[in-house]
Amino acid sequence: MTSRSAAPPWWRNRRYLPWLVQGVVALAVGVVVAFLLSNLLLNLTARGLLLSWSWLGQPAGFDLAESILPFDASLPYWRALLAGLVNTLRVVIAGLVGATVLGTLIGTASFSSNGLLRGLARVYVEVIRNIPLLLQLIFWYFVVFLALPNGTDAIQLPGLVLAKSGLFLGDPQLVNGVWQAPLRFSVEFGALLTGLVVYTAAFNAEVVRGGIASVPKGQWEAASSLGFAPLVTLRRIVLPQALRVIVPGLNSQYISLAKNSSLAVACGFTDLYSVSETTLNQTGRAVEVMLILLGSYLVIDLVISALMNGLNGLVQLKER
Amino acid sequence: MPPRFTFAIPLIAALALVGCAGDGGGIQSQKMAAIKGRGILNCGVDGRLPGFSFVGADGRYSGLDVDICKATAAALLGDPAKVTYRDLSSTERFAALGSGEVDLLSRNTTMTLSRDAPGGNALAFAPTTFFDGQAVLVPVSSGIKSLKDVAGKPICVETGTATELNLADRMRVLNAAYTPLKFQSGDQTYAAYLQGRCVAVTSDRSQLAAKRTGFPKPSEHILLADVLSKEPLNPATINADPAWADAVRWVVYSLIQAEEMGITAANIDAKLVEAKANKNLAQLRRFLGVEGDLGKQLGLPADFVVKTVKAVGNYGEVFERNVGQGSPLKLERGVNQQWLKGGLMYSPPFL
Amino acid sequence: MAPAPPATLRPGPWQWLRRELFGSRLDGLISIALLGFLLAAALGLAKWAIFQAQWTVISANSTLFAVGRYPLEQQWRLWLLTTLLALATGLSWGLLRALPRSGSSGPPPILWPRNDRWAAAILVLLALWRPLALQLTLAIQLRWWAITALLLLARWAAGRWGQALPPLVRRLIPLIWPLLYLVGMVLISGGLGLVQVAPSDWGGLLLTLLMATFAILLCFPLGVLLALGRRSTLPLLRWGSLLYIEFIRGAPLITLLFLGQNILGFLLPGGLAPDRVWRAAWVLTFFAAAYVAEAVRSGLAAVPAGQLEAARSLGLSMPFALIHVVLPQAMRVALPATVGQFITLLQDTTLLSLIGLLDLLGTARTVMANPAFLGRNAEVYLVLAVLFWCCCAALGLGSRALETRLNPNLAPSR
Repeated sequence: MTSRSAAPPWWRNRRYLPWLVQGVVALAVGVVVAFLLSNLLLNLTARGLLLSWSWLGQPAGFDLAESILPFDASLPYWRALLAGLVNTLRVVIAGLVGATVLGTLIGTASFSSNGLLRGLARVYVEVIRNIPLLLQLIFWYFVVFLALPNGTDAIQLPGLVLAKSGLFLGDPQLVNGVWQAPLRFSVEFGALLTGLVVYTAAFNAEVVRGGIASVPKGQWEAASSLGFAPLVTLRRIVLPQALRVIVPGLNSQYISLAKNSSLAVACGFTDLYSVSETTLNQTGRAVEVMLILLGSYLVIDLVISALMNGLNGLVQLKER
Repeated sequence: MPPRFTFAIPLIAALALVGCAGDGGGIQSQKMAAIKGRGILNCGVDGRLPGFSFVGADGRYSGLDVDICKATAAALLGDPAKVTYRDLSSTERFAALGSGEVDLLSRNTTMTLSRDAPGGNALAFAPTTFFDGQAVLVPVSSGIKSLKDVAGKPICVETGTATELNLADRMRVLNAAYTPLKFQSGDQTYAAYLQGRCVAVTSDRSQLAAKRTGFPKPSEHILLADVLSKEPLNPATINADPAWADAVRWVVYSLIQAEEMGITAANIDAKLVEAKANKNLAQLRRFLGVEGDLGKQLGLPADFVVKTVKAVGNYGEVFERNVGQGSPLKLERGVNQQWLKGGLMYSPPFL
Repeated sequence: MAPAPPATLRPGPWQWLRRELFGSRLDGLISIALLGFLLAAALGLAKWAIFQAQWTVISANSTLFAVGRYPLEQQWRLWLLTTLLALATGLSWGLLRALPRSGSSGPPPILWPRNDRWAAAILVLLALWRPLALQLTLAIQLRWWAITALLLLARWAAGRWGQALPPLVRRLIPLIWPLLYLVGMVLISGGLGLVQVAPSDWGGLLLTLLMATFAILLCFPLGVLLALGRRSTLPLLRWGSLLYIEFIRGAPLITLLFLGQNILGFLLPGGLAPDRVWRAAWVLTFFAAAYVAEAVRSGLAAVPAGQLEAARSLGLSMPFALIHVVLPQAMRVALPATVGQFITLLQDTTLLSLIGLLDLLGTARTVMANPAFLGRNAEVYLVLAVLFWCCCAALGLGSRALETRLNPNLAPSR
């Protein structure tokens, strides 16, 4: 190596230094990853569990409590996982809508002229945010939903029956002690959805409150001096401006809702995670199943992020 | 060229490490060496199933499955207390055993072909510690008389179990639609059943009987006569370490053999004195390790049988204390009786 | 004489009620409906709590809920730790009150401001009521009373004579907390002549708090490093951090915990993997670090780029400029979000029950599997909810107090 006398030594050279730092980090990460992967291969080979995907085509052998897609035990594993994924998507989409509506209501309630309503909105947020979601889910399922009456005692309204076995819509009939109806939601679905909506709404309410608070007070005053009613002011003038702050904040709440739906195992709902656990147990394919699981949630997150970014582009102030 | 040089380092290092990771293996049991090295046996149990493995209010584990862990620890480490129990759900038990998280799985696990086979879960099963069968528990008031009556109604079942598959098989044979409500743990399954979410709960007969004793009104629930399947419950280890599997297998046999020979925790010392004094009692002397090297062949101490029996008693004592007449479960011995008395408990000779 | 307080402008309680609850006809209707609903809910809850609930499930298992299966003969160590914690809390609390805020020259501090009197009263009430409610033995009741008395005594002493302490001692006092953490770890796990208590024997509230504090303490520096990496100009660091953060934030915690518990064994040579309790703690740490990184990043974004440039042009080295110039400003902005993450982390410890660890929720599930307490779901979950609520709310309150303490220092420079 030929070093010129005036130049600093190569490890202090500003041109090489960044590369040196990165090289060291890459080296450390690379060594660790190589080490872990080699062990994984070694251990999997020793146990005869080298990565393979052929099991996905074998019959699952277990049934699912609920599935929109037709499913029975003779269908292959991938159909079971797909049914689980669809169930997850169902609860996530319903949860997003519910949490947005409830969150907006509570968030705007903290600007009500009624002190009691304002106080209650505050109490709701403070109570719900500080209690773990898992605890709330278990509570909703075992304490609230499973306390519903059953059979003939079920809560019956025209075209609607709420029983321990679920919510039945559209002319429910009691056949052989079991309610039957064209449209049915199980209590497991109900408990998970309620838990997710109630919990996420508390966070959404804070986002909405922050968004509305970011709108200058003058906007309210100007609107009321023009003779707008408070609710119209909120809907037509304040919320559209607040959305610019609200939408980015909601993004991360939506993603946590999607991920939190994996806590369905705590209340017996057959979501993707629950089906994966069963599959993993029947096949012993731990690594493959975990890869499928992580990949699926990553895709769901990316889709939500992309949609929210698109929405964000729509609500942001268009400047010429 | 320095930058190029810095890039070469990770490659070399990675290759070297991959090479290092490839060593190991050997003739002796890695698992037994590892357990002896750490001085503690990691034992996977259910932890929430009275009679089999359960944490009492004093924070101690007890039960039939737990006694197998204790006997194994006594045989290998000389102390039945040298066990770390790990509560495993039915879904994580095989992954935990496979990844070496636990050394021994003693968690009311049914032996099946796919769990045993190298192409399946690749487990190595020890002898059956409890012969069971899958049954269905229903409330008397439901009027359900057989499995057929359950058609179209929800059944609670613990997920990841052989029970789940048997149920699916049987209902398919009956051509009956049903709703399997699956829960991750036993306590949730029974809580949902008791709250009336399902009209029936299915599991091993012994487990249902055990849980029923704890129900507020046990007489209001009956077991249907249908037997859905055979459920032999066995401790399990992994296929990859045959020496360790052998040791566990003969620890279990030692308890069964001890009962056959009338050796109990109370009289084991007397029997040992007797065996040492009388050279003609060859069978007893071999069994208790006074002569021969049976223990050594397994990689266990010569007197491992003395240690296991001292730790938990013979199989009959283990049964009666945990699930039999000495327990709240009050199960009959039934097929779990010794072969001489018409049961299935049969130990191969200690020769 | 001091000018008259503007009391006349403040409405009386009745006027206030009228304005707030019955401002318009609609408001009145809403208020009446809400009041009716609240009254019915409160009555229902009271009826249930007094007549239907059976609270023996809590009192009979109070030890299990508190410390899990921690060996009985070693529990004196936990009592000692609680005593030390009470002392340290009392001292810090007293000193916070005794010492004037830096920069402000107000009147000399009052020994017992109103908030503190409230806090002390609540502490005394809790100490009197809790041991009785749990039907603890007299010996344990006495211990709780002694510990509470010690806390208040330390608070009083520190408040009374705190100002007289030499500055050096005052500056050293905050160091008792990290020291106490180390001492606590030794006391809990053993070593240094104490009998080892394996992590698998820790449980209940002890395990929950231990996991949460461990993860909170470690995820913070990790998160800061990740945030710096994410904003670094070095592409490899930036992409690496980005990849890590996005991967972790895209995965549900329960799958990561499952990975840590059951797949990590495949990745490491046999026996090298740490104990499963610690493994769960590390998973929690790495998980939370990604979220803390995002919080800190938003704080970093709020610091004008000129700050770093100015510091660098003054000749400060990069690490020095980051630690002493950029990060303190970024943290003031990032504080609420970061503490919010800590609160989430504390709540996330309940997921440990899903992988078979006996944290507070796991212990509760074990207790409810006990035939003697079957069906006592509501009681147990309610108590757990209250416990978690108190812990999380305390963290939130602390964060807000810290914010207001930091802000006045910030204000003059603006």
